Parts: sequence; C-alpha cells; structure tokens
Amino acid sequence: MKTYAAMAVLLAASAAPALAEESGADLYQVYCTQCHGVHGNGMGINVHDMSVQPRDHTDASAMSARSDELLFKAIKEGGQSINKSVLMPPWDGVFSDDEIHRLVEHMRELCQCRHGTG
Amino acid sequence: MHAALGSALLAFAAGTASASGTELLKNECSGCHDLTGPAPATLQELRERKGPDLFYAGNKYRQEWLENWLQEPTRIRPAGMFYGKLVVDGEDGIDAIDESGLIDHTALGEADAKAAAEALMTLRAGDDLVNPGEYKEGSIGLSMGELMFDKFRGCLACHQIEPEYGGLSGPEVYTAAKRLQADWMISYMRNPQAWDPRSFMPNRHLTDADLQKLVHYMRALAEEME
Repeated sequence: MKTYAAMAVLLAASAAPALAEESGADLYQVYCTQCHGVHGNGMGINVHDMSVQPRDHTDASAMSARSDELLFKAIKEGGQSINKSVLMPPWDGVFSDDEIHRLVEHMRELCQCRHGTG
Repeated sequence: MHAALGSALLAFAAGTASASGTELLKNECSGCHDLTGPAPATLQELRERKGPDLFYAGNKYRQEWLENWLQEPTRIRPAGMFYGKLVVDGEDGIDAIDESGLIDHTALGEADAKAAAEALMTLRAGDDLVNPGEYKEGSIGLSMGELMFDKFRGCLACHQIEPEYGGLSGPEVYTAAKRLQADWMISYMRNPQAWDPRSFMPNRHLTDADLQKLVHYMRALAEEME
C-alpha cells in the first residue's frame, strides 16, 4: 500500500509541468520588454497611456544608483515595494528567485554598469 | 412514452451536434489552439503559441459570446497572441506593433459556430480552480473602477479599457465580461499561473474584495460599450 502511495506521489510529481531554466536575456525579452522596450530604454509598446514612464534600463547613471538587492526587490515584489510606481507589478508568481537574479544580471548588461560605479 | 422518446431523441441530437463540433475543433481549430493541454512550460512554447489555449474553454468562455464571436470575430489582443513577435521600432521612439503581421480569426457560419461553441463548452480542464458562484452580483461606478484598475492596481499598463486607450500587450478588457465567465475571471486574476504557468500576466496578489470589484468594473465597461 505504501509503495502504491509513493508511486502515486512520484507520478503526480512527474505529471506537473516542469518549468525550464531560461536565460535572463530571454526572460527579459518575453516579460519585460512589453513596458521597458525591446532596447531596454523604457519605451515599450505599452507606454503610450502610462502615467509614469517605465525605467530606462540603459541609463547607467540611474541604474548605478540602485543596488542589485533593490532591483531584485522591485522585480519580485513590484514597484510599490520600493516606493515606485504601481504600474510595475510583483513578478514573484512568475519568476523563481534564480530567474530574478538572472534578470538583474541582464539589466547590468543593459546599463553596462554596477551599483555605485556611475 | 412519447416524452421518454422525445428525451432520447433530444439526447441523440445533442450528441450528434457535439460530435460534429468536436470534429470541427480538431480539423479547423487545433492548428492554432491547444485543445488538450498542458499550457506552455517554456518560453519557446510560449512564443510559438498562435491562439489562446482552449482546453479549459468550458470554464473560461460564455457560450453565447463564443457562438456570436465565431461568426463575426473581432480583435481582442491588439498586439497579437505574443506581442514580442511583432514589435518594431516606432517613429516616435516608442516600440510599435507591426499590424501587417496580425492574423485575423477565421469566421464560421452560424451552424458551425453553434456546434463549435457547444463543443468548446465541454472542454473543462481546471474545474478544480473555479469556485462556482464565487462572483456575487454587484456594481461599481466607472470612475471608481478605473481608479482601481489604473492607479491602485496598475492593470491599465497592459490592458485597454476602451478602444485605443490602455496597454497593448494583454487582451482588451472592455468586452471581457461579455466573453468570460465571472467565476473564471476571479480565478484567473487570483492566480494566472495556475492556469498558464508562463503567462505574462503577473499575480498581483489581489484581495477577494479586489477581485469582486474588478469583475464589477469589467461588467460596467461592457455595458458602457453597448
């Protein structure tokens, strides 16, 4: 009986769709560019009627003023969590922590900057 | 006796319609729509998805709307199924959608639309995610609703609340209440990833009260559009 139960658990686990590991660049292209733009400059297709323009991730001076931890928090918990716009939603339901770290890395590539180096 | 025979004939007729509708879905719709699931688990699959998944259509759509829309389809997603495929540099420096790449949905004749809508209502994956009767009738003023949709919850960033006003990457919401079952809207807004793990609609951690009010608002928008 226990064996059957264990098998059932294993089967259930294998039936759940496993989400593949995706690169920071790919995640950014799929999820972030709708607002932040395909060039990362804050000029995505959604911005026409926005009351606050999305962050320009290529802006080295603004981006270097923000720590990786702050960027991580903004992505995971949304703009309001760092006293920024409600238009930036929390992405914790979509991305794993690892994926958010990869996104932060990708944003550092877009701005060609690190925290405190602008 | 006659009544019993009548019921049997009705059942037979319904069965026949459903069988032809199911065939129609397989032959005409499955090229662009997933009728069996599961939803995309990778970004590659997400990018390649041509139309909304239909394996939970019976939980998601209103049959009457399906039947009408299939005869006179209109565009629901201003930037297509996946906006990323059609983005081009805009003249004003803002990314734009290459509308020449948008694909119009096929229109069906009345009988086929009816059969397809009936068959779609039998596709009921996700039954366990919907609480039947969870939405309670209520109302909200359009301006209060908009304040919530835009300023408090930020939904306007991706969704249009009237033609040409709002974000382009998500489906428009001014006909959402006509298209969608209220209980499904609540379930999807509560946890989009439960239905579609790679959906680019994030979970906004809406409260139960928010969910009810947002459905009130979408119903008000749909009425306003009439």
